[in-house]
Amino acid sequence: MTITIAMPSAPPGTAAVREIESGAAKISVRDFDFFYGSAQVLHGITLDIPDQQVTALIGPSGCGKTTFIRSINRMNDIIPEARAKGTITIDGRDIYAPGTDVVALRRRVGMVFQKSNPFPKSIFDNVAYGLRIGGLTDKRSLREHVEKSLIRAALWDEVKDRLDDSALALSGGQQQRLCIARALAVDPEILLMDEPASALDPTATTKIEELIWELKANYTIVIVTHNMQQAARVSDRTAFFMLGRVVEYSDTKTIFMNPKEKMTEDYVTGRFG
Amino acid sequence: MRRSADDRLFRLTTGAFAAMVLVIVVGIGIELTRQSMLSIQKFGWSFWTGRTWDPVAGEFGALPFIWGTLYSSLLALLLSAPIALGIAIFISELSPRFLRQPLAYLTDLLAAIPSIVYGLWGIFVLVPIVRKLELLTPEPLRRLPLFHGPPLGVGMGTAALILAVMVVPFSSSVAREILKNVPSAQREAAYALGATRWEAIKVAIGYGKTGIIGAIMLGLGRALGETMAVTMVIGNNPQVSLSLFTPQYTMAAVIANEFTEAADELYLHALIEIGLLLFVITIVVNLASRLLIWSTKKRAAELVVLASPATKEEIAA
Amino acid sequence: MSARRRKTVSAIAEGLCAVAVILALLPLAFILFYVVKQGASALNWAFFTSMPKPVGEPGGGMGNAIVGTLILIGLAALFAVPIGCICGIHLAEYRDSRFSSVVRFAADVLNGVPSIVIGIFAYGLAVLPVKRFSAMAGGFALGLLMIPVVVRTTEELVRLVPSGLREGALALGASRSRAVFTVIVPAALPGILTGILVATARVAGETAPLLFTSFNNRFWSTNIAQPIASLTVQVFTYAISPYDDWHRQAWAGAFLLVMIILVLSIVARLAVRRLEQMNRP
Repeated sequence: MTITIAMPSAPPGTAAVREIESGAAKISVRDFDFFYGSAQVLHGITLDIPDQQVTALIGPSGCGKTTFIRSINRMNDIIPEARAKGTITIDGRDIYAPGTDVVALRRRVGMVFQKSNPFPKSIFDNVAYGLRIGGLTDKRSLREHVEKSLIRAALWDEVKDRLDDSALALSGGQQQRLCIARALAVDPEILLMDEPASALDPTATTKIEELIWELKANYTIVIVTHNMQQAARVSDRTAFFMLGRVVEYSDTKTIFMNPKEKMTEDYVTGRFG
Repeated sequence: MRRSADDRLFRLTTGAFAAMVLVIVVGIGIELTRQSMLSIQKFGWSFWTGRTWDPVAGEFGALPFIWGTLYSSLLALLLSAPIALGIAIFISELSPRFLRQPLAYLTDLLAAIPSIVYGLWGIFVLVPIVRKLELLTPEPLRRLPLFHGPPLGVGMGTAALILAVMVVPFSSSVAREILKNVPSAQREAAYALGATRWEAIKVAIGYGKTGIIGAIMLGLGRALGETMAVTMVIGNNPQVSLSLFTPQYTMAAVIANEFTEAADELYLHALIEIGLLLFVITIVVNLASRLLIWSTKKRAAELVVLASPATKEEIAA
Repeated sequence: MSARRRKTVSAIAEGLCAVAVILALLPLAFILFYVVKQGASALNWAFFTSMPKPVGEPGGGMGNAIVGTLILIGLAALFAVPIGCICGIHLAEYRDSRFSSVVRFAADVLNGVPSIVIGIFAYGLAVLPVKRFSAMAGGFALGLLMIPVVVRTTEELVRLVPSGLREGALALGASRSRAVFTVIVPAALPGILTGILVATARVAGETAPLLFTSFNNRFWSTNIAQPIASLTVQVFTYAISPYDDWHRQAWAGAFLLVMIILVLSIVARLAVRRLEQMNRP
């Protein structure tokens, strides 16, 4: 976890310098390598993710996009023998710097997983979970937050009369929106979504996509998807990953209409992958 | 045609052997009932409520034994449950990878040590220690019902202590399995919401709650039927007392001690009736625990076919 | 709760889990230490070869009890292994039948029955009718305890036999029984033997079911129609006696028992691990 391109004249907050360089970037990634044991799965990832936009990560399976997205909230820390090199800064602060409060980081960077993973608790308790562990106990305040989050996740109307029912009784699409609501409840700034619609039917997928579109007004969203139409529909910017490297990163329109790299073109036109 | 006839024969013969297991279980129930008829007919319900056990006078009340069995098992559970859960958590969630197998093996080893060895150790090592502790108990505490009685060393407290150690491996090995089968997506969901390690573990425990209760009940089933070690340290005195210091008696212990001395048939039948109740109680407890474990595992692991916990722990032991 | 407080709570809780492990391993170490310390010193050649001396007289050994235990285990295996193995094979071959799930359930029930209750059952069936304690009755009781373990391990390990083997045999036109006896059982044999080992380890330390079946015998006896001594019952008798020398011998007996069981379970464990590795692609 070393900063590899430290600028010689940089003041103590080296990362801050980079933030100015990258303008409105919410997340700046520089020369980021990632290893599982001795296997390197990410090679020198460098990109800037802008605020209040949707950035899609596409690429064939095994290309490292999931590892990368899980690096942004340091979810990979749970895996033994996982190791990162290089920097990822959020608002100018290196999240891999020693002494980083990972628990606090993850509250700022919410995550929605490929398969919905509600807790076997009531709908209410699911959404309230993050708030409660954060120390919120006031009933009224909890209710307000839960309601607000469910409304934002476009689930409120469907569940408002049965908040005490088990979350497991919801349909797949509803469960996924519940997980989004749960992530939103702790008021993150960034929302990471790892193929959030891959396990859902088309109707539920449309709902999730509409939701992403609405959420970007308030959040920085990074979404991994293997569905190129989806990337084209929901994202402002797209990064194409291949074998652990970023091949091309640009406006979504450019990536799909006018890619610079041959590999990108082959991939988005479906010639491989 | 020949082949299918042959297959049928194979199925029937092996099935006959399999049926023997069934016959044995039913047979135990029938035999115990048959052999305790005299006592059942003579005493009826009063057998279970009577407090006097006087074979010479022909008076048989089994309440003190039931009390002793239930009380010692519950006390043991109170000690063993948190420890077993802690071990399961440590091994499946916290321990470095290379320590997992050895730790699992060592804790399971507790189940391999024979009851009689626990008893021997209890008599000669634990009892003197407990006696010293009892002597050190301050006077005001001694006035409480829990610590009433002479400091003998043998008694309810010592029995519960040994029982606790003996049942820990049974509960912990099943709880370990349960935790292992909690989908990692559950923990990840918690971590992603900014949970600390312990908070994520609590989520995993919550997911496997039913199974963990089952694991603890499995330990209860073991404790209820445990005989030798308890017989050797509980003091074998039929009385109903809350005190940890007083010698008491359990159902299994009275059978072990008095069975060969039972001179007349009524006495023998009374002892067997106690055995019958022990049989019924342990079956109920074990079934309940199996059901809980099974329902959790079914939810947690759609794909992984798991061994019955009993087989797993036998192999482990 | 502040973030720092939550992390402190987490650290404390994690620490308590480690303490729980220590709390369990402490008695294990404590017990093994005493058994080795008291037992190894009391163990000598005479212990293996001599008979018990009359009450109060020092010296003597448990030669008859050691042989008795071996005989009892042998009898138990003779009774339990055929039933247990064939039952286990049946469960593995017809795993989804209703009958199989009932039998599996019965095996689980039997596994949970306290050994003292098994003793009563064996007493009623094998002692009462002939009005005599006997090695046979003791072996029967131990066998009943072995059965569920043999059943479940056999089933488990027969199932581990790759299904390709079985289908291969059936595809060649072999009947079920031929497939089982010529292909599946040989492939599962190491597993089945392991199961028997595990079951033996379980019953070798049993005392309660022997108290009123094989009873005890102060003399040399290999007659299975007569009462017979066993290590466990002998240790029990000596442990609750008032004589120091007997206590010493009880420790020696306990040491021997623990060694036997440890060796059996370590061998079984290694075997199980090997089998699992062998059958895992």
